[in-house]
Amino acid sequence: MTRVLIPTGALGLGFDRAALARGVAQRPDLIAVDGGSTDSGPHYLGTGTSKYSRGTVKAEWTALMEARAQARVPLVIGTAGTSGADAAVDWLVDITREIAAETGQRLRVAVLKSGQDGAAMAEALARGRITPLWPAPDISGELLMACTNIVALAGAEQIQAALATGADIVIAGRTTDTAIISALPLSQGCHSGGAWHGAKIGECGALATTNPSSGVILIAFDAEGFVVTPMGETACATPYTVSAHMLYENSDPYLLYEPGGHLDVTRARYVALDDRRVRVTGSEWVPSDRYTVKLEGARQAGFQTVSLALVREPRYVENIRAWCDDVRARCTEQALASVDGDFSLELRIIGADATLGPLDTGARIGSEVGVLSIVTAETEALSREVAKILNPYLLHHPLSDDEPTPTFAFPFSPAEMSRGAIYEFCLNHVLGLDDPMDAFRLSTLEIGA
Amino acid sequence: MTRLVDIATKVRSKNAGPFWLTFDIFCDTPEVFARVCEALSSERVAAMLHTDAASLKRFEIADLNVLKFSLPRPYVQGTRLDRDMHGASYANLLAEMDIN
Repeated sequence: MTRVLIPTGALGLGFDRAALARGVAQRPDLIAVDGGSTDSGPHYLGTGTSKYSRGTVKAEWTALMEARAQARVPLVIGTAGTSGADAAVDWLVDITREIAAETGQRLRVAVLKSGQDGAAMAEALARGRITPLWPAPDISGELLMACTNIVALAGAEQIQAALATGADIVIAGRTTDTAIISALPLSQGCHSGGAWHGAKIGECGALATTNPSSGVILIAFDAEGFVVTPMGETACATPYTVSAHMLYENSDPYLLYEPGGHLDVTRARYVALDDRRVRVTGSEWVPSDRYTVKLEGARQAGFQTVSLALVREPRYVENIRAWCDDVRARCTEQALASVDGDFSLELRIIGADATLGPLDTGARIGSEVGVLSIVTAETEALSREVAKILNPYLLHHPLSDDEPTPTFAFPFSPAEMSRGAIYEFCLNHVLGLDDPMDAFRLSTLEIGA
Repeated sequence: MTRLVDIATKVRSKNAGPFWLTFDIFCDTPEVFARVCEALSSERVAAMLHTDAASLKRFEIADLNVLKFSLPRPYVQGTRLDRDMHGASYANLLAEMDIN
C-alpha cells in the first residue's frame, strides 16, 4: 500500500489548510503537487517565468514544507514555476532556500532539470530521434535552435531517480502531470495500471470530487488498483466524479500516453466504498517498445502592441463592421507607405464576436462595442509605430466624408499598450531515449540552517 | 425549438494540451443522451466548427451519459489568431445548437 497526498491541482491555486492537516494525519508516504501546465499559454514557457505571484507560491509552498516536516515524507513538485523550464526551477529553488532559512529547516533537495539545448535537439532531429505527434507543426534544426525554451516531459523513472537520492524535497522541471504521483507506487510494486490511473484522477487535486475547491485528495495505491479519498470535509468522490475525470483536458477519455507506455482504462471498474470513497480496479498499463518523452517548445513570434477604443454612438455601433474594415484598410495602406518590415493589424469587436470570430454566426451587438486592435510586427518599435499610425483612426474616423468628425472613447493614455514579445508553442513531438535519464539532469543540494 | 443547453446537464470545452480542443456534453438520463447523440452527428458538429468530420474524434460514453468530441485546435493555443487561451468559450457554440 502506497499513499500519496495531493494538496491541490497546482501550487498557487490555493487549498483548504484543514483538509491538508487531515491528509497529513492519514500518514501519507509522499506529498505530490503540480507546479504548472501549458494551459495558460506559451508566454510562460517562452520566458521561463511563473504565472502565479511569488508571494502566493511562497505562502503555499511554506505550508506544504511544513506538512512534509510533520509527515516526515518526501515532498515532490513537478513542472515547477508554471513551465518547468530551467529558469522556473531555479526560481522555486530560490524560494525554497528562503523558506528553509526563515523556518530553520535543514533539507536535502533533489533538483531535476528538463530543459533541452536547442543545438542538441537539432542534432537529435537530424538523427531521426524526434518524431511528430498529430497534429504537429513543421520543424527544422533552425527552429529548434530559435526556441527560447524547450523542455522534455519526465515520467516516473526520472522522479524515482530523484526520490532515490533520499531527498526531503524534489523540485522537478517539466514532468507529466501524473508522473510525480505514480512514481512512488510504481517503485513500491503497486499495480502499474492502477498507479497511472490513480495519478490521473489525483493530478487535479479534488477536481475529481463533488467539491473541487477543497483541493486536497488522498490516493491509496495497492496491488490491484487504488482508492480515492477526498480530505475536504464536505467533498465526496463518487464513481461518477472519478470516472468522469478521465474526460477532463484529455482528448481521449480511455487512453493516456506517458513515457514508456500508455494507460488504458477501458475495462476499469469504479465501486463506491461508502458515500465519499471510490475504489478503482481493472486499469491497464501497456508498455511501449520505444521509450519516448514528449517535448514542448516555445519561440518568439514577434512583438505586439494593442489598443482599445470604445464606441457608444448608435449609428457607429450599428455599422461597426464596416467602420472596422475601413479603419483597417486605411491604416494598413498608410503604414505600408511609411514603415519597413512585416506587420499585421487585426481589429476584434468586443460585444459582437471577439471571443469566437467567424464561428459565432449568432453573435448580436448591444448598445456599445469595444474595438480591440492588435498590431503584431517583427520588432517592438515597428508594432508601436503601426499602433500610433492607427491611433487617429480609432479616435476620429468618420463613417462617411460628409459628416462631423466623431470622437470615440479611449480608456487609457497612451491608448497603445505594449505586450512586448509574444511566443508560440512550436513542438508537438516526442524524443526517443536509450536511457530515461539521458535528457534530464539530476543534482542534490543541502539547504537551510 | 430546443437547443442543446436546454436538455444537457453541462456542456464544456477545454484545451487538451496546446494542440487539441475537447468538448464534453453531460446528460442526466440515457434518453437525453441518446437524443443528443442522434442530433449531434460528427458531420454537423464539424461543420459548425468549420472543420471536416474526419478530424473529429467522437466518444459516446454510455456509462456516464456523456458525448465527447476532440479535434485539433482551430488555431494552436496562444498563436496570433487564437482568441481563447483556455478554449472554454467554444462550448457556447455547441450549447446553442438546435436539437430536434
